[in-house]
Amino acid sequence: MLDARIPSGAINEQWDNHRTSISLVSPANKRRFTIIVVGTGLAGASAAATLAELGYRVKAYTFHDSARRAHSIAAQGGINAAKNYPNDGDSIHRLFYDTVKGGDYRSRESNVYRLAQLSVEIIDQCAAQGVPFAREYGGLLANRSFGGAQVSRTFYARGQTGQQLLLGAYQAMMRQVDRGAVELHTQTEMLDVVVKDGRAVGIVTRDLVSGEIASHPGHAVLLATGGYSNVFYLSTNAMKSNVTAVWRAHRKGALFANPCYTQIHPTCIPASDEFQSKLTLMSESLRNDGRIWVPVRAGDTRPPDDIEEADRDYYLERRYPAFGNLVPRDVASRAAKVEVDRGKGVGPLANGVYLDFEDALRRLGESTVRERYGNLFDMYHRITGESPYGAPMRIYPAMHYTMGGLWVDYNLMTTIPGLYALGEANFSDHGANRLGASALMQGLADGYFVIPYTLGDYLAPHLGEGLVPSDDPAFVETERQVTAGTERYLSIRGSRSVDWFHRELGKVLWEHCGMERSADGLRRAISDIDSLKEDFDRDLRVLGTSSTLNQSLEKAGRVDDFLQLARLMCVDALHREESCGGHFRVEHQTDEGEARRDDDNFSYVAAWGWTDGNEPVPAQEQLTFEHVKPTQRSYK
Amino acid sequence: MHLTLRVWRQDGPGVEGRFETYEAAGIHEDMSFLEMLDLVNERLVTGGRDPIAFDHDCREGICGSCGMMIDGRAHGPQGRTATCQLHMREFSDGDTIVIEPWRATSFPIVRDLVVDRGTFDRIIEAGGYISAPTGSAPEANLTPVPKETSDAAMDAAACIGCGACVAACPNGAAQLFTAAKVAHLNLLPQGQPERWMRVERMVETMEEYFGSCTNHGECEPACPKEISLDNIALMNRDYLLSKMRNRRLGGQR
Repeated sequence: MLDARIPSGAINEQWDNHRTSISLVSPANKRRFTIIVVGTGLAGASAAATLAELGYRVKAYTFHDSARRAHSIAAQGGINAAKNYPNDGDSIHRLFYDTVKGGDYRSRESNVYRLAQLSVEIIDQCAAQGVPFAREYGGLLANRSFGGAQVSRTFYARGQTGQQLLLGAYQAMMRQVDRGAVELHTQTEMLDVVVKDGRAVGIVTRDLVSGEIASHPGHAVLLATGGYSNVFYLSTNAMKSNVTAVWRAHRKGALFANPCYTQIHPTCIPASDEFQSKLTLMSESLRNDGRIWVPVRAGDTRPPDDIEEADRDYYLERRYPAFGNLVPRDVASRAAKVEVDRGKGVGPLANGVYLDFEDALRRLGESTVRERYGNLFDMYHRITGESPYGAPMRIYPAMHYTMGGLWVDYNLMTTIPGLYALGEANFSDHGANRLGASALMQGLADGYFVIPYTLGDYLAPHLGEGLVPSDDPAFVETERQVTAGTERYLSIRGSRSVDWFHRELGKVLWEHCGMERSADGLRRAISDIDSLKEDFDRDLRVLGTSSTLNQSLEKAGRVDDFLQLARLMCVDALHREESCGGHFRVEHQTDEGEARRDDDNFSYVAAWGWTDGNEPVPAQEQLTFEHVKPTQRSYK
Repeated sequence: MHLTLRVWRQDGPGVEGRFETYEAAGIHEDMSFLEMLDLVNERLVTGGRDPIAFDHDCREGICGSCGMMIDGRAHGPQGRTATCQLHMREFSDGDTIVIEPWRATSFPIVRDLVVDRGTFDRIIEAGGYISAPTGSAPEANLTPVPKETSDAAMDAAACIGCGACVAACPNGAAQLFTAAKVAHLNLLPQGQPERWMRVERMVETMEEYFGSCTNHGECEPACPKEISLDNIALMNRDYLLSKMRNRRLGGQR
């Protein structure tokens, strides 16, 4: 049984008690510690900036050419905070409650409560940095309701909230680069974590331009490397987003929690052809004013304008009168799949549902709609060649976010002492389903406000200890393994490209471990993945050398890790004999087709160890719900 | 569609490059430009030839990774569009398309179409921030910001740092990029304390690395985010003022 080291006391006092009682490192001593931060998205950049401000020596790593390009930048809709500016009944407790409920009672209450508490400070911090949040005419901050919330608690910067928050964190970090407090390594990919005497003591990287493999010692290592949606090949994630840093840490001993908890986003542009390289997300803020419908009759191919009101099925409004088009993501996604599977899909490939702004345009006028969603409408127009001002959008769910990740305790430390995971890379706050506008909140809470406190607790007893030198056998051996692993891809000399394997993997996983899962399907997927991995090891073709920029070689390592992760996802999904949040097992549903949890048997976090071929058994962290009583979620 | 591509190939920084010609058959008009290149690369690998290296990531026009000269135009023929958002329906069957990396000595070529835009980061380091250490922020609504000001700051802050403005400029100047950040921060009340120091440091760092602006205005139409030339005027005014202000205010730095 895993111990999350949750502080004692009432839930609303735990974080205050904890941060006032854990060990501190004095300002003069902080510069004696070197902290490695891998990834410079919201969580990584905010952590690097804050730790450097505190006086730590920070080394930050990104595989991009600039720290400003992390995938956090693509988040559109907004960031939640329990400010209650609109005076509509919001509170820390309500944000906490909504997040635990939205996560379908599979998250850790104490972490979620802390997240809700810190949400308030995040907005203050970002506003002070100059993040241009939307404002009312009086100059105060504007809020909107977002994705399943019954209060307006979402702050936003047009449809580019992630971009603006990331630039705020990036700029704060670059200020520290200028001061010499952060040493920034761009175009550098972490390929392994170095563990000595059971503790994380550094990382081994590859310079993506020169191919050089190098060691970087640190007193602690923070992984802020995002999620693994790209295991599905087609997802809304950026093309380079990957699981490699997290997976290599897992193989070094860090437990991987709830890998099967993945989130499908309901409002993406449907695939247009087989060459599609990624799916584009349209912020679900669109659901605030757009109405989702399909034709009543299957196979109705009339253009949308010709389908009169009586022949339209606004199925979310019909099935969920209380929440309507704003039901949580998992509910909205599955409902769309149901309609498309019934033959009611729309568009040339009959693979979407309509998201219609006709009413909104009539009610609000085009200028208001343009102000709220103009950039999204433009993006849709550019991609599809159709204008949403004239015809309804077509949308369909796509892989979007992964709630699973490295298991961390309350301090965000993994099961390897000295190794931390922040943001989407960890598992802790969203349970089995994440609410909209909560990813940005969690990434920044972890980076700005949690790790700066909790890291000191680990470091304090190690004051005076030097860095493990990079010629230590632990580094030398890890470098050797990384070099051998990289060269192996070049030496296979098979016939198939990395992308071919990635696409095949994506098809298997989407079919059997996507929106719906079944025991039979998952068993078939495991065997398919095993044979695909064998083919990969035998028939991969990577051209070029390891001593230059070689994008196929970079990708080979990432797809190799995805193949291994995919298997674990299926194993986890097979073991979890219940439906919860984004994990929907067809064997476990109510008569109305909703997810049915099994709280008696599965109210735990499944944290898997690396077994290298042997069938793994998960360690468990029991979840207790003292403040939010688990119920069957109902959005009717 | 059947297209002919003439693509700049260069094996590494500082080595000689050359154009190579590839036939691209079976291109669908709904493909994005980068998906077209993916397909060409897949075929190159199958034929045992090195794929074309190009930078890209989000493919939603927001990360700023992608960018290439397409028929001599930064990000290609469609206005307000990053390369990843350009679709093949903008081209016609039988077209020959010339594809080059960003043209700017401040962005040295890493390989093929990939360039190093690290000089943009140097400009941001020099002052493209508001110093607000974590934990020191006041309650957000204590500082009202007029909506028009906030909207103007947001317009400028929309810059994605792709480098198209520099690539399109005959002088390789980075005025539009720099001005966008200066305007975003200098317009806001939170940005006032560092206003003059910011513009002075950013402009002078920019001039270390980039060419000079001679008001050609090629940058604005190349910008996928429609960053306005007006920002350059604002930056120039603030830079001029900074020289007087800094003298008058003396103790600010």
